[in-house]
Amino acid sequence: MWFFNDEEKELQKICRQFAEKELAPKAAHHDEAETFNLAAFRKMADIGILGITADPEYGGAGLGATAATIAMEEFGRICASSTLSYLAHSILCVNNIQNNASDEQKAKYLPKLISGEHIGCMGMSEPEYGSDAVGIQTKAQAEGDHYVINGTKMWITNAQYADIAYVYTRTGSEKKNLSTFIVEKGTSGFSVGKPIHKMGMRASPTGELVFENAKVSKKNLVGNVGDSVYHMMKNLELERITIAGISLGIAEACVAQCIKYSNERKQFGKTIGNFQLIQKMIAEMSTETAMMRHFLYSVCKQYDQGIKGPMVAAQVKLALPKMATKIALDAIQLHGGYGYSREFFLERYLRDNKLMEIGAGTNEVMIMIIAKDLLAQGMER
Amino acid sequence: MIAELCAPLKKFCREKMEPSLEHDDHDEKFRMDIFNQLGDLGHTGLTLPEEFGGAGLGYVELAASLEEMAKTSVSYAVTVSVSTMVQAILNEFGNATQKQKYLPHLTSGKGIGAFALSESSSGSDAAALKTTAKKVDGGYLLNGNKMWITSGGIASTYIVMARTGAEGAKGISAFIVSDGTPGFSFGKKEKKMGWKISPTRELIFNNCLIPAENLLQNEGDGFKIAMAALDRGRITIGAIAVGLSERALEEASKYALIRQQFGKAIFEFQGLQFMLADMAIETMASRLLVQEAARNYDLGIKDIKLASMAKCKATDTAMKVTTDAVQVLGGVGYTSEFPLERYMRDAKVLQIVEGTNQIQRVVIARKLKDLYA
Repeated sequence: MWFFNDEEKELQKICRQFAEKELAPKAAHHDEAETFNLAAFRKMADIGILGITADPEYGGAGLGATAATIAMEEFGRICASSTLSYLAHSILCVNNIQNNASDEQKAKYLPKLISGEHIGCMGMSEPEYGSDAVGIQTKAQAEGDHYVINGTKMWITNAQYADIAYVYTRTGSEKKNLSTFIVEKGTSGFSVGKPIHKMGMRASPTGELVFENAKVSKKNLVGNVGDSVYHMMKNLELERITIAGISLGIAEACVAQCIKYSNERKQFGKTIGNFQLIQKMIAEMSTETAMMRHFLYSVCKQYDQGIKGPMVAAQVKLALPKMATKIALDAIQLHGGYGYSREFFLERYLRDNKLMEIGAGTNEVMIMIIAKDLLAQGMER
Repeated sequence: MIAELCAPLKKFCREKMEPSLEHDDHDEKFRMDIFNQLGDLGHTGLTLPEEFGGAGLGYVELAASLEEMAKTSVSYAVTVSVSTMVQAILNEFGNATQKQKYLPHLTSGKGIGAFALSESSSGSDAAALKTTAKKVDGGYLLNGNKMWITSGGIASTYIVMARTGAEGAKGISAFIVSDGTPGFSFGKKEKKMGWKISPTRELIFNNCLIPAENLLQNEGDGFKIAMAALDRGRITIGAIAVGLSERALEEASKYALIRQQFGKAIFEFQGLQFMLADMAIETMASRLLVQEAARNYDLGIKDIKLASMAKCKATDTAMKVTTDAVQVLGGVGYTSEFPLERYMRDAKVLQIVEGTNQIQRVVIARKLKDLYA
């Protein structure tokens, strides 16, 4: 982007090189085998991005939404699954600890998460509470110097590999009585349920977190009892903005491949780029992508300058994933039989991107948030 | 009639076919016994004359049958669709000996028919195919490769398009090739996004000698035969797309009625009601268009524009409806514990096969030009 600063341009270059060298060679393999590219994940520490928004005193990069989105976009172009796991770690776990935990907790947990020694995840959704996240039922009850946690968290990215889980629980009868705990792997009564097989994002592990009278020290309570709805909403904003970067990367990779193929593939004696139907597809998909790229990064820049709000985050989260599904579908169509083949990456990109319309709040929840905000604002601008 | 035809089929599909599908989709496994049983139910040669073991019905009935089958499995429906199309080709263009020899095995569902036109560099531009059939003593020598062949490896009878003459459409001839003919082998099984139960393979012909009596019609008639096949394929693929849409709508609606969020069933949210209503509208519009194309075909009116419109509309609808159905189910829709993600993966290739939807639009536009120029 023309408005990226030198640091951001450098980060973009580093992330692109990393994605091509570390993620590209095995992306198709890990999708097919439903395995996690753990080696590449740990290597992300070498380029200093596992704590991209965390304070430098803990090893973090101290950067903001623009930088995190650049990483998502560049990785998303190559392997959306690995990017999703990276997001769950850096934005859902590390950023939450950075913003909401005590200095003592940060000093204890952040350095290992940022060095790649530990992997993080976040537990919000439950089998019966997805879109209705504030309704979660996993209970934490105080008993002496600890809390006893009971319940199940569902759709947890990185569950099977996580050393540290940032977990939302219910600590009171009112809907907003939510509190958060940092739960370590190996905590008694805490286990990981069965892996979840998915249509896409297959190289990003998804599982359940199961709490059966799990004993967690009071020292691991994040902030004050009942603080969590605010924490949750604040972090969801950054999550929704940065995750849109994955869809941007997917869309850009699809467009680039379509242009290449339109110049190569010959039918009826000429390259298919000569046909106006194909021209329409590539012209429209590239226009949409350019538009979305400008929208996303101007929202990032605003966010980094302190201009925030749930509505605009919901708008990028609605617009980019929807666009990328459309573009991935059209890209397969443009490639015909080859596009449908698993030897080619396009069908994987489509399968991966469908999650983007569901995870971090479905399109329908984004619509609710946007509309609620608009209606509350009335006609004022 | 259609209700009587489809009720036992529905029972079979839901009770016998459905249980193994998720597993077989994962393992990419086709079950010949399921296909044989579809034959026992009389659904593998519906449009063929009774004298060759068919049911003597029309495309309206075939469309209804395939729609019902596709509500459970697009892969099996496609296998039946292609096999029935091959039979129709043999019946229309084959001589008495050819019909007698090949048809009963296929109509009964004991064997499967496959159709080989596409090659790696000639997909939409089918007339540019490069596989050759050279006239020699005792027949024709086939050399070349065919790509994306549905039922490749499981079929017993293949109709193969090869070049006997000059470049272009008029140099193409159609041959009947039996599985096991020396010089005829298979390349690797394609790994695909969907249609995983239905195998897709490359066919390899390496000095494969075909007896002269296996030529369909005369030399140079191949392209005409291939185009006749595609006319029928447009209707049957459209019917499969309608069945797929209907099932996705059914599953999404049922789930929306059960799933509670914010204290009520998600069906009660207008956002979902609008999605489901649109899915229902588009599915019904597609069904009526496919039925109209089938009815015309049965009346002997070869309205290619109508068939192309039916194929485009029904398959574009299936893509949209299955994508939205995954969306209605949210996270669980994305997992393989529910069939919705399979429906969405199966939908995409419907927009590509039997002439991509781009080619269909070109055909429709050409007909518009004929009409108004």
